[in-house]
Amino acid sequence: MRLKTFKIGGVHPPENKITAHKAIESFPVPTLARVMLHQNLGVASVATVGKGDEVKVGQVIARQEGFISSSIHSPVSGIVTKIEECVDASGYRKPAIFIETKGDEWLEGIDTTSALVTEIKASKEEIIKKVTEMGIVGLGGATFPSQVKLMVPEGNKAEYIIINGVECEPYLTSDHRLMLERPHEIMIGVQLLMKASGASKALIGIEANKPDAIDLLTKVAQEYTNIEVYGLKVKYPQGGEKQLIKALTGREVPSGKLPISVGCIVNNVGTAFAVYEAVQKNKPLVERVVTITGKGLKEPGNFMVRIGTSIADLLAHCGYNAEHEAKIVSGGPMMGKAVTTPDIPMVKGTSGILVIEEGVERVAIEPCIRCGRCTRVCPMGLEPYLLAMASSKKMYDITEANAVMDCIECGSCHYICPAGRPLLDYVRLGKSETGKIMRSRKSVQ
Amino acid sequence: MSMLTISGSPHVHTDDSVQKIMRGVIISLIPAALVSFYFFGLPAIILTLVSILSCVAVEYLIQRFVMKEKPSVTDGSAALTGLLLAFNVPANLPIWMIVVGAIVSIGIAKMSFGGLGKNPFNPALVGRVFMLISFPVQMTSWPKPTELSMTLSDAVTGPTPLGLVSEGLKKGETMQTLMNQLPDYINLAMGNMGGSIGEVSAVALLLGGLFMLYKKIITWHIPVAFIGSALIFAGIMHLVNPDHYIDPLFHLITGGLMLGALYMATDMVTSPMSVTGMLIFGVGCGVITILIRLFGAYPEGVSFAILIMNAVVPLLNKAFKPGRFGVVKK
Amino acid sequence: MDLIIVYAMVAMAGLGITAAVVLYFVAQKFKVIEDPRIDQVAEFLAGANCGGCGYAGCRNFAEAVVQKGSLEGMNCPPGGAEVMAKVAAVLGLEAQASDPQIAVVRCNGGKAHSPQKVNYDGAQSCASSAALFAGEGGCKNGCLGHGDCVTACSFDAIHIDETTGLPVVHDECVACGACVKACPRNIIELRKRGPKDRRIFVSCVNTEKGAISKKNCEVACIGCGKCVKICPFEAITLQNNIAYIDDAKCRLCRKCVAECPTGAIHELNFPVKAKAAEATEAVEN
Repeated sequence: MRLKTFKIGGVHPPENKITAHKAIESFPVPTLARVMLHQNLGVASVATVGKGDEVKVGQVIARQEGFISSSIHSPVSGIVTKIEECVDASGYRKPAIFIETKGDEWLEGIDTTSALVTEIKASKEEIIKKVTEMGIVGLGGATFPSQVKLMVPEGNKAEYIIINGVECEPYLTSDHRLMLERPHEIMIGVQLLMKASGASKALIGIEANKPDAIDLLTKVAQEYTNIEVYGLKVKYPQGGEKQLIKALTGREVPSGKLPISVGCIVNNVGTAFAVYEAVQKNKPLVERVVTITGKGLKEPGNFMVRIGTSIADLLAHCGYNAEHEAKIVSGGPMMGKAVTTPDIPMVKGTSGILVIEEGVERVAIEPCIRCGRCTRVCPMGLEPYLLAMASSKKMYDITEANAVMDCIECGSCHYICPAGRPLLDYVRLGKSETGKIMRSRKSVQ
Repeated sequence: MSMLTISGSPHVHTDDSVQKIMRGVIISLIPAALVSFYFFGLPAIILTLVSILSCVAVEYLIQRFVMKEKPSVTDGSAALTGLLLAFNVPANLPIWMIVVGAIVSIGIAKMSFGGLGKNPFNPALVGRVFMLISFPVQMTSWPKPTELSMTLSDAVTGPTPLGLVSEGLKKGETMQTLMNQLPDYINLAMGNMGGSIGEVSAVALLLGGLFMLYKKIITWHIPVAFIGSALIFAGIMHLVNPDHYIDPLFHLITGGLMLGALYMATDMVTSPMSVTGMLIFGVGCGVITILIRLFGAYPEGVSFAILIMNAVVPLLNKAFKPGRFGVVKK
Repeated sequence: MDLIIVYAMVAMAGLGITAAVVLYFVAQKFKVIEDPRIDQVAEFLAGANCGGCGYAGCRNFAEAVVQKGSLEGMNCPPGGAEVMAKVAAVLGLEAQASDPQIAVVRCNGGKAHSPQKVNYDGAQSCASSAALFAGEGGCKNGCLGHGDCVTACSFDAIHIDETTGLPVVHDECVACGACVKACPRNIIELRKRGPKDRRIFVSCVNTEKGAISKKNCEVACIGCGKCVKICPFEAITLQNNIAYIDDAKCRLCRKCVAECPTGAIHELNFPVKAKAAEATEAVEN
């Protein structure tokens, strides 16, 4: 089989998929759930419950606010003790709903059995409505509200639903396990996505380091129409939205445009699964698969975890030793966020928790030797050395002229830099400052 | 509980480092060094060691006492410059001259611009050209290879093959008689000829170059463009007038073309960043080299060619950006 | 005499004359007519191009002030009243009095008072680390200590104290405001220098509730409002859990300094009182 791939740049960090063979375990319901009010890209949700309210699992506790927003459902049944600020991954305090658990009573009408519902009854509009109501967001990590993607803007046509089963981040295996354990659910979810968007074809891309998933999904896909599964070359960032489209369809999303401009809608396999549950089983997004991993953990694994569960509980379950010097990363090692304390709640976008105990400190920073490797590995064809230099010197005209806004923050440049320069730190800074300047100029015009 | 560390992504890093790159280049130069030591004996070894030591010492002293920063000689870049500098001079050069060359290489060509990564010109080549202009006699009297000699003081000196051909043609001798004075191509490729310490053995250099390619220290673009364009240009000239212009293979295995294309032009600091830039840089080096060799006053042109192209690198970096994703070239 | 010398001299002279003529005409052709007062004004300015006036450089300020023809809102912070008087004289205007100002660092947390809870290992840039997390001490408003203000200063008037990890403003400060703009946490403020350099300010900008700010930093303003009550001149206001002293109203009576339970109000350059000795010792900015 010839593997597909994207063309420009890319790196190959050690894969370290140490939890690939660990089946998804159901993690116990937390005694206290802290549900952050801002769990999606865009506008934060607004709480609809108050202190003392009794809630059931799956009940709406915060509603969507504005177009790019999502509603939030209670992950546990119990009593709302308070709505207060809670430290999030970055150490900043953000509002959250605190729910003390009593039992595990689900809202009526939610099908919690594992029976497969194959028949698709919902219409196009009903699917989008369900996806909205059930608070589905992109589970690959970006947490973009899913219904927005499905509403194809006028003048565009969705041709392909692209399903991201790449999981190119080292260590993470949650998508891998999900594909192995719930292939039919994913396929039905894909069909729902196709119906909702009007796309006639679906392409599933899986990196070649998951041959079992490729085989299984290829076999299962034969039972469904118009779904094709492709193996992709092991190269980071194969799972980047634009890179994946390029690899699977050969189309390039033009700079500054969305995938829909080339007729593609990209969704993660986790999202496809969540859509299946939302539409077919009437189940809101209250839990997701998380990989808890790291070479220092005694029992790393993949878990089905309720939103709002403390990450410290998850780590304790996996045998994390707090005495060791460590860096705890929410997400994968290439794009994940380091957290300031493990005592933070799970959110919809938490795809994995990685504990790094070796190589906690970054390598020493040396002068740039102009080797040009950052330029050659950049999957967007940018010049990270130039962007980082200009950003650090606040030369935002240069960053703008050299397309800093195209940066997908994949981190390949920093990964490869032999001088250990924090290229992405500066590029990210330049990107945010340049973005501000460009937006303010737009608003003036 | 111990303190958590926080930083922006990514949280993993490649094993590679500046030190490893420099070490890799030095390792790849070992075959060429061994061949030279075989042909030029002890003096070549001493000269090489002195050159390396002086480069490291100059860098250390400047960082310590002039720039007042933490010396970073352990990164190996100064040692590499020293090695390459020695490789670019004849083995019978007086010791004090190589020290002067080292001071110019590191002191002027590298540290005065701010140190590693900031110099526009290849330090070893600047040192070499400085010596070539300042000490033209010593820099162009090449010892004849004598196989494992302990001393070169009485050694016979003679011209390099390129010098021989260039001088001979000027005197009106025919190509055929000149070629008869030279060893055959196999001997030339192995390094049995007069020349700078490190440049003589094209085979050993090629071996090292392949090692660097394998280790991904360099990419193929600059060497291939450099050598390819030199061969094509020299080949065209040879076809035009075989009596006056020697064949391209001769250009390849004599003089500093191999050393220059594999080691001097590929110096990361002074070569372009983008692939297109590298190719143009290589072609420029190759064409200028042959231009100087065929029409210039010097029999050898690699150093000048690379230095000239070094000066163009900032422009190449500006003009030839990598192809961006999602942008159609007009 | 050898004729060749004559040729050489004639050739050189000819070359020189031709070049001079060409240059003259080129200069005439591309001459830019400009108000001579711009040059005069620019000469008086500090020439540091600090941008404190709100213009890109000294020359731009000179152009602007000449074109505007009035001194309203135009001030050269590094030059101060002296330079502005000279500028006024060139333009035939009356110099406007402006109070000299100085940058003030309104955070006293640092390593000593806001102990490190996590270890930051990224780019040494405040803007970058502020975007990433709340800070090593956990205070979301506190100084991050990577010295963006130091890099921004073109007068060498601010440095990071290694023991406290906080920036310290020196007397050389000309209040150009570059550091104010550079600080992502808006900690630095331009305030009146005050008579004999005496000034009082709240050295905290934390807007969190008292309990939380106190947990992160022992010298935080906890928003108790005691200073507001004691101030006889109504110079202190409390908003978003943080007290602020209006330097226009403050008469430097020092009552609030003694009243503050966390020592968040600082007084500078006052004669040492027995009680206040501790506070002044701790703060040298």
